[in-house]
Amino acid sequence: MNLDALLQRTDVWRGGRFATAVKAVPSGFSELDELLGGGWPQGALTEIMTSRQGIGALRLLMPALARLSQDDRWICWVAPPHIPYAPALLNAGIDLSRILLVHPGAQHDGLWAVEQSLRCGNCAAVLAWPTLDDKVMLRRLQLAAEAGDALGVLFRPRHFVQRPSAAALRIQLAPGIDGGLSVSILKRRGGWAAGPVHLQTHAALALYSRTTTAAGNFRA
Amino acid sequence: MLHWLCIRAPRLPLEIFARSVNEAQPLAVSDEGRRASVLLCNDAAQEHGICPGMPVAAARALARDLIIQPRDHKAEQAALHSLAAWSYQFSSQVSLYPPCALLLEVQGSLVLFGGRVALLRKLHTGLAELGYRVQLAGAPTPLAALSLARCQREQMVAEQHRLAAVLAPLPISVLDWEPALLECLDGMGVRRLGDVFRLPRDGLARRLGQHSLLYLDRMLGRQPHPQTLYRPPTRFKHRLQLPSEVEHAQALLFALQRLVLELCGWLRALGAGVQTFDIALSHGRGRYTALCIGVHKESRDAEQFSILLRERLARLELQESVIAVELRAEQILKLEARSLDLFGQSDGRSEGDLLDRLRARLGDQAVQGLSAVAEHRPEYAWCYSKPGHSRKDSNGQQRPLWLLAVPRQLETRSGRPRLQGELKLQAGCERIESGWWDDQDVARDYFVAINPSGSCYWIYRELTGERHWYLHGVFD
Repeated sequence: MNLDALLQRTDVWRGGRFATAVKAVPSGFSELDELLGGGWPQGALTEIMTSRQGIGALRLLMPALARLSQDDRWICWVAPPHIPYAPALLNAGIDLSRILLVHPGAQHDGLWAVEQSLRCGNCAAVLAWPTLDDKVMLRRLQLAAEAGDALGVLFRPRHFVQRPSAAALRIQLAPGIDGGLSVSILKRRGGWAAGPVHLQTHAALALYSRTTTAAGNFRA
Repeated sequence: MLHWLCIRAPRLPLEIFARSVNEAQPLAVSDEGRRASVLLCNDAAQEHGICPGMPVAAARALARDLIIQPRDHKAEQAALHSLAAWSYQFSSQVSLYPPCALLLEVQGSLVLFGGRVALLRKLHTGLAELGYRVQLAGAPTPLAALSLARCQREQMVAEQHRLAAVLAPLPISVLDWEPALLECLDGMGVRRLGDVFRLPRDGLARRLGQHSLLYLDRMLGRQPHPQTLYRPPTRFKHRLQLPSEVEHAQALLFALQRLVLELCGWLRALGAGVQTFDIALSHGRGRYTALCIGVHKESRDAEQFSILLRERLARLELQESVIAVELRAEQILKLEARSLDLFGQSDGRSEGDLLDRLRARLGDQAVQGLSAVAEHRPEYAWCYSKPGHSRKDSNGQQRPLWLLAVPRQLETRSGRPRLQGELKLQAGCERIESGWWDDQDVARDYFVAINPSGSCYWIYRELTGERHWYLHGVFD
């Protein structure tokens, strides 16, 4: 039996198939794309675990969101913790007219909105910040993301790392050197845990220092 | 050729109540009279041994939870009109034959709806969805169709020459004549229509009157029978009485869905759609709860409306129990026939459907778009806008991705701002002094600051007053 014949057999499972079946949205960081097998998985759920805010979790997504906003689909933010600041999104190259902000009153309404948005097929990406620990909920959201071909991203506190999850991709972020970001892959469908990889996401900060003029003595 | 189709709803007095609830609670309608008796009852009541004609008191004894509603002729008339409005989608010539029948001229519709079988199936399914069990019958003349429907057999007679033979075995009770006339016929030993047809014409005219002769001639197609045509109203206002009080909003969905189906049938008939419709949940004594359901683009998609209704009801808490529901639509918009199929569904769900669903459940204010405004004061450099319609004016300055809705005052230690440790200010400061013209002026020095754990913030210090430090954004 030659190799081709062997591969035709239905009972032969090849590990690489999953990786090629998932559509990827280039993340804009070549080192990360390499680890992710092309980029963020479209039509799947991604969990981003961070220990604290302000280290660059959102900035990590900006190149991908900028690309997705060129499509005719929504970039849906469900119950963001603060106001997504329009001038900064514009600077990141995002088409603001594709942004949809959803402010549900209650937590279960929020999960409902996330599921609806993922599933409907009119959202390119759905971002959410759920605090509930619910395995079934993650499974539902993963299925909804598959059904709606959406990039579902959940930002979650780091202590959820130990919990089981149906998300196709789970990554963990930590502050890197020189204001950069350290990214570890905890789980990837069709791939292996990997990292950490160090990304220079703080280029924005350098720019900020350059464009603004130095002012007077602020400690006065 | 099949010309006329009769839709007869003999259980209408019961169905005006029964069709608004899903659960099978025993239900009966009582006839007014000296001794109140059961006129009609549902299957659940029959299982308890209740049957039409039984005294109300006896029926009550058989089923403790039996709901008895007195017959409501006015509501029956309204229901018949609603049915006519719904049927108008199948024929532009609809006539009312009270108390419980409609006649549709269907010669033209047969081709449009893909033949007799397909049309009948559509009518049966549609009417069942509305909550009516009907008898359908077709014939070349309106009165023949009506008589066939009255004798409770679904018969379709297409050929005029067969008509007399088909009608002959029917009992004379199918004629909607005055009881005195029928008794007179009965006294003559005339029991079936065939017997009536055989009577000499002049004798029949003398005994029963000229109008009876005309009736028979029209029935057999010997004389033309002009119809008083029904015209659908230009506004939709249908009401459904609930058999018993409802306390949970979700339980109203069933009744409202039936009204939505009626609405969509009426809209199809008019070739129109609606963007909004109103719902009144009546609590009695003139009190009601009003709801408004809106879609982004005019539609007559019953499924789409039902989904929105379900979401709207899910966040509704009833303060009082509901005794009736009403649906109103006033502003109708012409819909392009091409973009919709027969059942009013558009080819694909548009992006607005998501917005409609989110708004229906979370409220209008919960769904927003985002705009950037060219303005120096950070809190005014953005605003909410209609989703899909954004302004994109920016000064191009580097800004944090998160802005705090309200700046948070930072604690300080020996004059230095802290946030989970001392904040290290990065080189560069941006002075923003603006807004003196609208009394919302700001005078601040903005900095990028990093705390010991590596979190990066956008903070400012007031240039006036107490000169406090504030957190205003997060570089995340």
